[in-house]
Amino acid sequence: MGTTERMTFSKAINAGLRRTLETDPKVILMGEDIGTLGGVFRVTDGLQKDFGADRVVDTPLAESGIVGTAIGLALRGYRPVLEIQFDGFIFPAFNQITTQLAKLSYRSRGRLSAPVVIRVPYGGAIGAIEHHSESPEVLFAHTAGLRVVSPASPADAFVMIQQAVASPDPVLFFEPKARYWDKGEVDVAITVTADAVASALADGVATDPAGVVALDRARVARAGTDLTIAAYGATVSTALKAAESAAAAGVSVEVVDLRSISPLDAETLIASVRRTGRCVVVHEAPVFYGTGGEIAARVTEACFYELEAPVLRVGGFHTPYPVNKLEATYLPGLDRILDAVDRAMAY
Amino acid sequence: MLCASAPPARRRHDVSPTGHATDVDLVQLLTPGGQLLAHPDYTPRIAHLDAAARRGLYRDMVLVRRFDNEATSLQRQGELGLWVQSLGQEAAQIGSGRALRPNDYVFPSYREHGVAHTRGVDLADILRLFRGVEHGGGWDPAEHNFHLYTLVIAAHTLHATGYAMGLQRDGLVGSGDPERDAAVVVYFGDGATSQGDLNESLVFAAVNNAPIVFFCQNNQWAISEPTTKQARIPLARRGDGFGIPNVRVDGNDVLATYAVTAQALERARSGGGPTFIEAFTYRMGAHTTSDDPTRYRSAAEDEYWRQRDPIERMRLLLEGAGELSPAFAAELEADATALAERVRATVKGLGRPPTGTMFDHVYGAPHAIVDSERAWLAEYEASFLDGAAAEGGSH
Ligand SMILES: Cc1ncc(C[n+]2csc(CCOP(=O)(O)OP(=O)(O)O)c2C)c(N)n1
Repeated sequence: MGTTERMTFSKAINAGLRRTLETDPKVILMGEDIGTLGGVFRVTDGLQKDFGADRVVDTPLAESGIVGTAIGLALRGYRPVLEIQFDGFIFPAFNQITTQLAKLSYRSRGRLSAPVVIRVPYGGAIGAIEHHSESPEVLFAHTAGLRVVSPASPADAFVMIQQAVASPDPVLFFEPKARYWDKGEVDVAITVTADAVASALADGVATDPAGVVALDRARVARAGTDLTIAAYGATVSTALKAAESAAAAGVSVEVVDLRSISPLDAETLIASVRRTGRCVVVHEAPVFYGTGGEIAARVTEACFYELEAPVLRVGGFHTPYPVNKLEATYLPGLDRILDAVDRAMAY
Repeated sequence: MLCASAPPARRRHDVSPTGHATDVDLVQLLTPGGQLLAHPDYTPRIAHLDAAARRGLYRDMVLVRRFDNEATSLQRQGELGLWVQSLGQEAAQIGSGRALRPNDYVFPSYREHGVAHTRGVDLADILRLFRGVEHGGGWDPAEHNFHLYTLVIAAHTLHATGYAMGLQRDGLVGSGDPERDAAVVVYFGDGATSQGDLNESLVFAAVNNAPIVFFCQNNQWAISEPTTKQARIPLARRGDGFGIPNVRVDGNDVLATYAVTAQALERARSGGGPTFIEAFTYRMGAHTTSDDPTRYRSAAEDEYWRQRDPIERMRLLLEGAGELSPAFAAELEADATALAERVRATVKGLGRPPTGTMFDHVYGAPHAIVDSERAWLAEYEASFLDGAAAEGGSH
């Protein structure tokens, strides 16, 4: 422990992938343009050069093919880690992910498993064109059999990608692309093993033996006493900024970084709301039928008597992700989060 | 007129630095040096192209390239979020586009600016998408028989096939009336041939004998992946397993792409069914302005293709035949400059759309959630002006 290096979010995932390639010979990376180019976001930069084209595979341009063949490779004991180039291009693989990958364990009564990781750069705020800024996480969270996670910081990205690869289950690993260039301290001494992940998940403990937060657990990213903001991925750092502004106005905001969207660490969240009495959920995905609805219902059910205000949601609208000239309005920014904080405090 | 003294038809076994060694003939009517070649099937297809028509093809290519270069600099200057160049693919697009009749219908992918030009789409409108003020494109597909751009690779190939099946059901195929009959052309890249959607399109088109031309622009790269990452055989042979005839054409030869497309369209319109065309060409620019091709391709390869520039070889033909007067060249140059200036001015004039437009056309009929969210946002935004707090609702 204690060997920290400052690096970008994308570099942290790269370092985490590198660690898994070094420690587990069964890990193979697959995707479009991930080899020579290092991926369109350069997340896999240099990995093909160091591990060879058999471990870091440039695949044909076929998402259904990528996921479908990964299932077969996983059945042979490999641990495929796939890159889907952009959120909007996961849908050709939707069938393979939801009808096949998600159900292998269940259908085989646990005799088969497919520990496939699917990395998806997701979310907006990079000024992209259509289909390059979507937040489809809830479609996968709604499918039983998949784990859905999203890191919010470089340090966590480094750990979580290793945890995802080590997980015995298929994991949808949503990478907030707006954060790829953010820098942070990363403890590069941490190596996550499959045993540690499996035992933490099986025992339901909050930290695994390496002392890191377990893959299915949330983390309090900032302590506060008046209100809890639940966020994940790109919105965590926006929520932290909102908490700072709120503090200047005398409101103490606690920020819970969910990390895992499925399962949802209701325990950590509920404990926080019991302390603060108020909850605002923030995500980029549309509010309508979104993650926030699930959280609001759970928090309300568990904290009905402690709540001082209804659980409020801040997120995208029920429109397709808009043109980039309007995305600043569509995305939950500081203003809308603080507005929700004010409304919750006013009850 | 085409010279009767053209050399005899030759089998071309061209291999690009990235491409496949090929045993499939490459149809070529115009050499990189600007020499005409005779081809028993295809020369008759261009026999009617007089000097004015050939100058027209040249003019189209020059205008589209100027537009493309202008869009690239607009992106570099921060006026566009992204630009997808068609640089180097002008012959494939103009030749095939000019072979279409008004009734024919085009399904482009996202790089078909040259084809758009042949369909009368204002090139400036294309930039609305890349400026980030509109999705899909700023043109009316029905007005130009030119569908919206599609960004999800190969998804539109199925739409094109279905549209062709619709033409067939509507009695617009093989009616014997050339004014009535119509066909569909769908454009896609070499990478797209790997997608399930394209393969399913080929199945549907074949079993339905649909009036469709699959026009694959093999520009050698799918972002950083060479064609050899998608296929072990020349892409034109993709049609074989589906029972669809193939043609492989020199995509940098505007006369050849015109001829093979004209023939395939006629076949489709008359009830002869689908054709798969592989236009062997090269993407001379980056994949998009976000891409860095120096990471994956060599200077030697660039040079190989620079010598096969589609515009240059047409210029050599016209000059050699004395069909390119200095006056025409000067007028074309002036037109290209005027186009570039107009495009620049139009793009810079495209402001931020009103936020409320975000909620327009999500549905064709009112939807309670969209309506309430629209109202909430309007009130919320107004609250910044009059200082009042927004009431209720989530967002
Ligand atoms: C389904 C899908 N997957 C991935 C992408 C990302 N992507 C955009 S263009 C491209 C390469 C396309 O290559 P090709 O089909 O050869 O066409 P080209 O751009 O070279 O004309 C990729 C992978 C996408 N748009 N859609």
